[in-house]
Amino acid sequence: MRPIIKVEKLSKLYRLGQRSIAAPTLREAFMGKLASPFSRRRRDGEDDLWALRDVSFEIRPGEVVGIIGRNGAGKSTLLKILSRITRPTAGYADLYGTVGSLMEVGTGFHPDLSGRENIFLNGALLGMKRQQIERRFDEIVAFAEMERFLEMPVKHYSSGMYLRLAFAIAAHLDPEILLLDEVLAVGDAAFQNKCLRKMKEVSRDGRTVLFVSHNMAAIQQMCSRVFLIQSGRLSEEGSSSSVTSRYLNDASQSEDGDFDLSNHPARLPGCQPVIQRLTLYNGSDAPTMRFHPGDAMVAEMLISPNSTIREPRIAFSIEDSTGQRITTAATYFQEERFPDIEGPSRIRCCLPQLQLGSGRYLLSLSLDNKYQGMIDGLHNAAWFEVIWRNSFGNGEAYSPVYGPVLMASSWERVE
Amino acid sequence: MLVSEKLEYGPDEGPALPSSSSHSTHALPRVPVIRIRPARAWALLDVGELQEYHELFYFLVWRDLKARYKQAALGAAWVVLQPVLMALIFTVFLGMLVGVPSSGLPYSIFVYAGLLPWAFFNNAVLSSSQSLVGGAHLITKVYFPRLFLPAASVAVRLADFCVAAVILFALLFYYGFEPSWKLLLFPALVAELTLLAVACGLWSAALNVRYRDVGTLLPVLLQLWMFTSPIVYSSSVVPEKWRSVYSLNPLVGIIEGMRACLFNLKLDWPSIAFSVIVTGALLVYSTYAFHSAEESFADVV
Repeated sequence: MRPIIKVEKLSKLYRLGQRSIAAPTLREAFMGKLASPFSRRRRDGEDDLWALRDVSFEIRPGEVVGIIGRNGAGKSTLLKILSRITRPTAGYADLYGTVGSLMEVGTGFHPDLSGRENIFLNGALLGMKRQQIERRFDEIVAFAEMERFLEMPVKHYSSGMYLRLAFAIAAHLDPEILLLDEVLAVGDAAFQNKCLRKMKEVSRDGRTVLFVSHNMAAIQQMCSRVFLIQSGRLSEEGSSSSVTSRYLNDASQSEDGDFDLSNHPARLPGCQPVIQRLTLYNGSDAPTMRFHPGDAMVAEMLISPNSTIREPRIAFSIEDSTGQRITTAATYFQEERFPDIEGPSRIRCCLPQLQLGSGRYLLSLSLDNKYQGMIDGLHNAAWFEVIWRNSFGNGEAYSPVYGPVLMASSWERVE
Repeated sequence: MLVSEKLEYGPDEGPALPSSSSHSTHALPRVPVIRIRPARAWALLDVGELQEYHELFYFLVWRDLKARYKQAALGAAWVVLQPVLMALIFTVFLGMLVGVPSSGLPYSIFVYAGLLPWAFFNNAVLSSSQSLVGGAHLITKVYFPRLFLPAASVAVRLADFCVAAVILFALLFYYGFEPSWKLLLFPALVAELTLLAVACGLWSAALNVRYRDVGTLLPVLLQLWMFTSPIVYSSSVVPEKWRSVYSLNPLVGIIEGMRACLFNLKLDWPSIAFSVIVTGALLVYSTYAFHSAEESFADVV
């Protein structure tokens, strides 16, 4: 089958400090010319950065492809080139279908215009025709669940309403190729789930989708194929489970349960690296990432805030190897409020008995408060393994077919 | 743009395998719908693309108009008041105190007929020069012909001009001017002025992305341009031997032409013809300059 997207040796060069070196103002450009009239812009290449280098691939119609990689690896640059926001420096791409791209939700929303007016404006910006918007208008409003607020200026919307409306418009785009950049990273969990469901629906329609995300679970659920981009190059490509698990292993390079999170690729966009380190213990003094069912698990986080974090809310979640969340332990489920974090602190979360079957598990962390909102968050940032041992004295090995949670149980005949 | 329903295969390609997905059973077009290539030094204006996105242009204009008239209760009033107040100031100081010649017309209506198109031109160039920097959040997030941003700014000001022109025609009626056939030429001159504003707007918008102090310099240059154009005085005050140099300024032909249309004066055809040539040349040059700078907007803005 012929590809719907063909990318050949695509490269993008950024001249770092292009603006500061090549005259930020007309006056400086002019004075620069006076000072050294014959010097051209320096071309030593010292400040050049290849955001993308010789990337080639083909995508067949109907494929849903995930793109993963560290921040600054070139994922977004690739998407920006494919959506024609910026041009490549070399190489080419041919797209055999109409393209809709979504780099953020709510692009071009005007605060003074009403919800109704913004639907038309935003739809037009995303490449919809007027007729198309009119035809799908009721669907969009229904999806956003906001019939009552349609005539209200969006500046009076709550952030939740704003996101719902913005995503509703985007979800009703009808291009043959859909380019998505981390749009699911916004909003609360319920909203993210709704988006994810909608995205699955879209991909079932046979739409070709390119999807950049840090959310490995979403990538694994949605994508049939995954590209790993490292330092501007397409370093790996393959099935979503193999590429994501290898990537997570590389990212969380740890043999001993001690994870350096200070520059971690799983950090959610817009977050400060406040959670710097995660260390796992199984009750003894040495860090470990191997546990047995029934072991205690102690997760120690090193949190170094720039300023005092008042009323912090810290959460620690366990996901299975497909990214499905199993449980969350959090300070806000405790009876007492957790004290303010005033400086670099070690914070421990203790799970007295790990009631999980054997297998590999992923960990996510988040830190927020009501004053600043999300402060730091890492999705699937670390992992650990549960190895079977007859801890509860139950005999047979507990395999995943019995379900993810292994509960301690006692059995007796009472009559 | 719909994919053709007909199945088309290259000579060495077999039929596509049936697939579970609905879209993939459609044949892909033989030629790419979108070709992405590195920027070329010579860039041509893609008229087909402007046509394809033309609805977005109307939406951008509509957004600005709507938001403005919603925001300020006086929104519409300011559009009329600004040139009226300026005309009042010049009438008092230049018309009454200095006694500037005004082609034998009442100075107030003479100066208003000049200030109205000037206010349009001035505001259009200023707001389109800011349009790319102001629209950075759009440029870095979504693709559309970048030309639309400065062009939409000019269109919004053109709408203002049309509203304010109502006062002009009311004044003409009040002073009892007889309309003549020359009035038919007035819309053509407005169109020329609009194109001149687009030309200057495109150029300054592209420059402003690269050099941010263009925004500081531009009002000064426009002020200079205003006084080298027959806005608050008649071009008859310019000595005969300088007249041809003076007419290099395309606004001379346009503004004097507009007055001739409105007040049934003698049309100065050579200077109008000359302004058309200069406007056309500026438009071609600035479209080219804009288009070759366009590639880097998203990276620099």
